[in-house]
Amino acid sequence: MKALCWYGKHDVRVETVPDPVILNPHDCIVKITRTAICGSDLHLYDGYIPTMEAGDILGHEFMGEIVEVGPEVKKRKVGDRVVVPFTISCGHCSFCKQQLWSLCDNSNPNAAVAEALYGYSGSGLFGYSHMYGGYAGGQAQYARVPFADVGPLKIESDLNDEQVLFLSDIFPTGYMAAENCNIKDGDVVAVWGCGPVGQFAIRSAKLLGAGKVIAIDRIPERLRLAQEGGAEIVNYEHAPDLIETLKELTGGRGPDACIDAVGMESHGHGIDWYSDRAKQMLGVGFDRPFALRQCIQSCRKGGVVSVPGVYGGFLDNFPFGAAFGKGLTFRMGQTHMQKYMGKLLDHIQKGDIDPSVIITHRLPLLNAPDGYSTFLKKQENCIKVVLDPWSQGATA
Amino acid sequence: MNLKYSRSSRGHCANGRLSSIAPWVAIVGGGALAAYGISRKSVSGVALAALGAFGAVAGSKRGAVTPAAIHVQKTFTIDRPSDELYNHWRNFDNLPRFMKHLKSVTNQGRYSHWAAIGPIGMTVEWDAELLDEKPGEYLVWQSLPGSVISNRGSVEFRPAPNGSGTEVTVALTYRNPGGKAGAAMAKLLGREPEQQVREDLRRFKELMEAGEIATVVGQPSGRRSAVIKAMHAMKEPEATQRVRKGPQRQTQPASLKPQLTGTEAGGAR
Repeated sequence: MKALCWYGKHDVRVETVPDPVILNPHDCIVKITRTAICGSDLHLYDGYIPTMEAGDILGHEFMGEIVEVGPEVKKRKVGDRVVVPFTISCGHCSFCKQQLWSLCDNSNPNAAVAEALYGYSGSGLFGYSHMYGGYAGGQAQYARVPFADVGPLKIESDLNDEQVLFLSDIFPTGYMAAENCNIKDGDVVAVWGCGPVGQFAIRSAKLLGAGKVIAIDRIPERLRLAQEGGAEIVNYEHAPDLIETLKELTGGRGPDACIDAVGMESHGHGIDWYSDRAKQMLGVGFDRPFALRQCIQSCRKGGVVSVPGVYGGFLDNFPFGAAFGKGLTFRMGQTHMQKYMGKLLDHIQKGDIDPSVIITHRLPLLNAPDGYSTFLKKQENCIKVVLDPWSQGATA
Repeated sequence: MNLKYSRSSRGHCANGRLSSIAPWVAIVGGGALAAYGISRKSVSGVALAALGAFGAVAGSKRGAVTPAAIHVQKTFTIDRPSDELYNHWRNFDNLPRFMKHLKSVTNQGRYSHWAAIGPIGMTVEWDAELLDEKPGEYLVWQSLPGSVISNRGSVEFRPAPNGSGTEVTVALTYRNPGGKAGAAMAKLLGREPEQQVREDLRRFKELMEAGEIATVVGQPSGRRSAVIKAMHAMKEPEATQRVRKGPQRQTQPASLKPQLTGTEAGGAR
């Protein structure tokens, strides 16, 4: 089959590799009909996630048709049309039973590596480094999906692939980020980063009753899309003192909750941003927490900082005094996918939201390396790239 | 631990653990750091690799004096009733399913015959005796005198708080008889003994909770470098064998069959 393989920083290639096979009794094989490039794939592309190995197949947002099931798969059948969550969960451990699906105890074959770095290991993830299991990803024509009865969500309606594809990660991720804010009617939620997760966080905050959502970014088309999603927008490049600007927009109180939908490769300006960037280039202190610092600084007293953006390593100059002094609550982590996928599918079916509005680029898988480059450089107003694994043409 | 037969080894085990484990942390950690550094292909990567290699060498030098006994103890909480866990463990035939270095264990009443995969694929065998057991609570076994591998093991099952499963503690002690046999044994069991017990127990948990052991051995990938292949071979000595035995899917149209030629050729992990 064809698959997108990672070979190093800014080096991804579409190669012909062997087809996946059933390895465990609860596995299934999915023939992938649509797959996408996630903002968090750019952290891999930029070489900031440790424990990647040259040859790894990337991709964790995919859907398709089940073409083979293992001997102990009971619910899912060959022919089922499914969206696959990016996290891999066994469904039986104490974490899965508590709906903390992304903290599953039993799905990471390299749990020891994650334990060495983090103390304990989260669940396995598709196409996201060996620390998270080293599972081959879904930017490919086929993928092996463990625990077929627990993960894949069956789509029975006639919604098209593009409308449901983002149930695989970014819609639930944006939704959980908003839910983590404990929104009460009328609350003000500020969202840093108007990429795909930010867009879904904005729309989810509205669904959950936020009175006002303030969207912060620097890229005009992303801000425009945020505005269409119901947000008030702030271009931080035109706001010399963002924290003062947010104060003025919130009656002097500050946002009730702040969402960092940016993560470890934050852009910004000022001396601390350059210092973070320099440290990252030297390979010490992986993460650039510029947006997170602003979240902490801006948040009202007793507010919530919710972090769907991905972090991998250590943070420098983390304003913990401000967090402590204001009694902030932090909520974060990989998304507990199964808790949200069904509920959000209902929202799509009812027409409350059309996730496909964020798609700007549709490419054949064969052109995925161009997709990564365009997405990274945010060229051609790129917000979201969707890939067709079977298209042979120059454009899909 | 409140087991009759493990109590005697408790007094010295804390020190024993520190002296025997620390060099291994350096070797394994250093090796991993070196491999990771090499994989970064950058100046900082070279520095990491050098630092890692230094750590590995320093670790192996400090570990050169083989300790008289290695004691390892690990605990996991498994979300299943203690009786079920006990019964699965009590049937020693099941152990090789989650204890990777074991080839087979055969049970004959109180006695059992153990066969393990040793260095360069050779088989090491010994006999053991069940010393004590309490259904649903604990098992204690020990190798018979004269075994190449002198060892004692115990497993204890205690109810976890709030009815959330069972705390399972495995304790193993290996004694080094010295000489050539001792060196071979150290090579076999000294291979990250703490990691081995921890990963065995983790696999037991996966098997009992999820009904399978998580793996990616046999999945596709792009081309792997020699360094990465060597790393995988070290970690999963049986990997190549399993890949070869793996089933081939027949549902594939002929035109989509993998073409393993030229520079495009990928490989199984």
